[in-house]
Amino acid sequence: MKLLNYTSGYFLIVLMVIIPIWAGLFYYAMLDEVYDSMDDGLDNQRQLIISKAALDTAILTHKDFEEGNYAVMPVSPNAARKHTDLYIDTMMYMQNEKDFEPVRMLQTVFRKGEDYYQMRVITSMVEEDDLVSELGYSLMWLYFGLVATILVLNNFLLKNIWKPFYRLIRQLQTFKLTNIQQIKMSQTRVDEFNLMQNTVQLFLDNTVSVYNQQKQFIENASHELQTPLAIAINKLELLAEHNSLGDAQAELLETALDNLERLKRLNQSLLLLSKIENDQFEDVREVNVNLLINKLKDDFSDQIDFYKLVFTFSEQSQCIWRMNPDLADIMFSNLIKNAIKHTPQGGIISIKIKSSSISFENEGSAALDESLLFQRFHKISKSESSTGLGLAIAKAIAKVSLLSLNYRYEGKHIFTVTPAV
Amino acid sequence: MKILVIEDEAAMLDNIVDALKGEQYLVETADNYDSAIQKVSDYQYDCIVLDISLQNTRDGLDILRELKKLNKADGVIIVSAKNSLDDKVAGLDLGADDYLAKPFHLSELLARVKAVIRRRSFSGNDHINAGNLKIDISQQSAYVGEQPFITNRKEFEVLLYLVTNKNRLVNRAALAEHVWGDHIDSADNFDFIYSQIKNIRKKLKDAKALVDIQSIYGVGYKLQAE
Repeated sequence: MKLLNYTSGYFLIVLMVIIPIWAGLFYYAMLDEVYDSMDDGLDNQRQLIISKAALDTAILTHKDFEEGNYAVMPVSPNAARKHTDLYIDTMMYMQNEKDFEPVRMLQTVFRKGEDYYQMRVITSMVEEDDLVSELGYSLMWLYFGLVATILVLNNFLLKNIWKPFYRLIRQLQTFKLTNIQQIKMSQTRVDEFNLMQNTVQLFLDNTVSVYNQQKQFIENASHELQTPLAIAINKLELLAEHNSLGDAQAELLETALDNLERLKRLNQSLLLLSKIENDQFEDVREVNVNLLINKLKDDFSDQIDFYKLVFTFSEQSQCIWRMNPDLADIMFSNLIKNAIKHTPQGGIISIKIKSSSISFENEGSAALDESLLFQRFHKISKSESSTGLGLAIAKAIAKVSLLSLNYRYEGKHIFTVTPAV
Repeated sequence: MKILVIEDEAAMLDNIVDALKGEQYLVETADNYDSAIQKVSDYQYDCIVLDISLQNTRDGLDILRELKKLNKADGVIIVSAKNSLDDKVAGLDLGADDYLAKPFHLSELLARVKAVIRRRSFSGNDHINAGNLKIDISQQSAYVGEQPFITNRKEFEVLLYLVTNKNRLVNRAALAEHVWGDHIDSADNFDFIYSQIKNIRKKLKDAKALVDIQSIYGVGYKLQAE
């Protein structure tokens, strides 16, 4: 859920609860105020009528409300003594409305000379249900008004205030450790965003530096290994020159040399990988892939013949890609080498060049796991001599050359190189 | 033939010197910048094997610059543990004849040394012999006696490498690397190399060449004149 919708949702719910509560309180407060002022009015009228009654006894005979708003009735002194002033809500028939309408009535007693009189004074009351519905409508409009305001405001605020946040997120989405290009941070007026940016920057700097150190380490380690490896291999070569070796010693020597060779290849492959990933192959030019594959076909023809493989090559189109020529050679060689290594004797290897893809197909009985296939040191064959880096190198080259190398299985293994989208 | 080896790694120096002496070269050594500079200024060498990454403030490239300044025409083969394109380009730009990345096979070094010496000593008439087998390098062709010996390109390269290193054991891996380069990188392929050698042997026999390619233990091959 988007932050915008999330906060708006919260506001809608909270307002839905708060506004009725507030409306209830407001209603009762208003009503209280209305009663208070009506009761004051009634009290005032009472005093006016009582003082008028002192002059005009006709008032004392005014037993019904009729045209006035009061009624007077004599009561016994006992009843008068027990009586207290009462404000009550009651209903009364109204001529104009032809219906009973609520009225506010003050019931009181007063004394004139020795006689006691009960007097009722009325005043017409606000219609409560009208008030409630009026209030209800107003509150509904208020609710909608508030929600609309909040939505608009929220939208505006999120779009503007959160700009640095979204900018950072966008940059982080495209951030790659292998890409040296840095994330651009700009100071904002919001402390929290600055804090976040600084934290992210610190985190990224650390990560990049650790990554670089590791890369550097692999590179240095590989370089440092070259000389001792060279010495060891050469010493054994010199030893092999001696004619005095027996078969058993020669076999030991052979195994040692084979393994040193393997170590040498591993080391060189690791160095190559780290160079590819460091983008140290800067010389990018147009490579005619058709020419290159024709050349490789020749280079590998001895091996293809030896393993009695059937090699087909179809050029449906001319492919000219911009990449480093050495890397192009290594990538396509590795793919061909891979096909030769994993095709059973007498099997078919075919290379197809189409307008925007080059595929390498070879026979194989079951699909391979693509997620593992391109990983370093993932070996399909149990072959001791395989470095397990050939396809990882091809993949790395494809990546730096803005190509994509993919695998699929359609009754045979198919590796396809296409320009990355 | 006089060769100077400039290398600060003692064991590495021993190996190179051993291999070169086996070929009857006169070998001198230097294990630091100063003695190297002194030797290159005082004497003339047919070939200098130079480790570019001397443990010093001044490295092999400085020696190359010095050579250039002294106007020396010695053939130089750079040896480097870095295998970096920059070193290679810089070295070749400074007048080095060849570049070899560590680790290398001694047979490869010898082949390069011989090629450098050959290029500098003979002009045009560039051939080597073993028995009645003659290889014309500039023409890329082989002869048994006066008869052309027909080979394909790879066979020619195998033969050339073995003849260059005649009477020496050539490691299988060294041969594979020299001839098929990066296109062959697995020990699985040694059967393949064996079959290539078998083909060449058969061709040599059919052509009545007086050379023999021996398999030495499981390690490699040695070409000898009969």
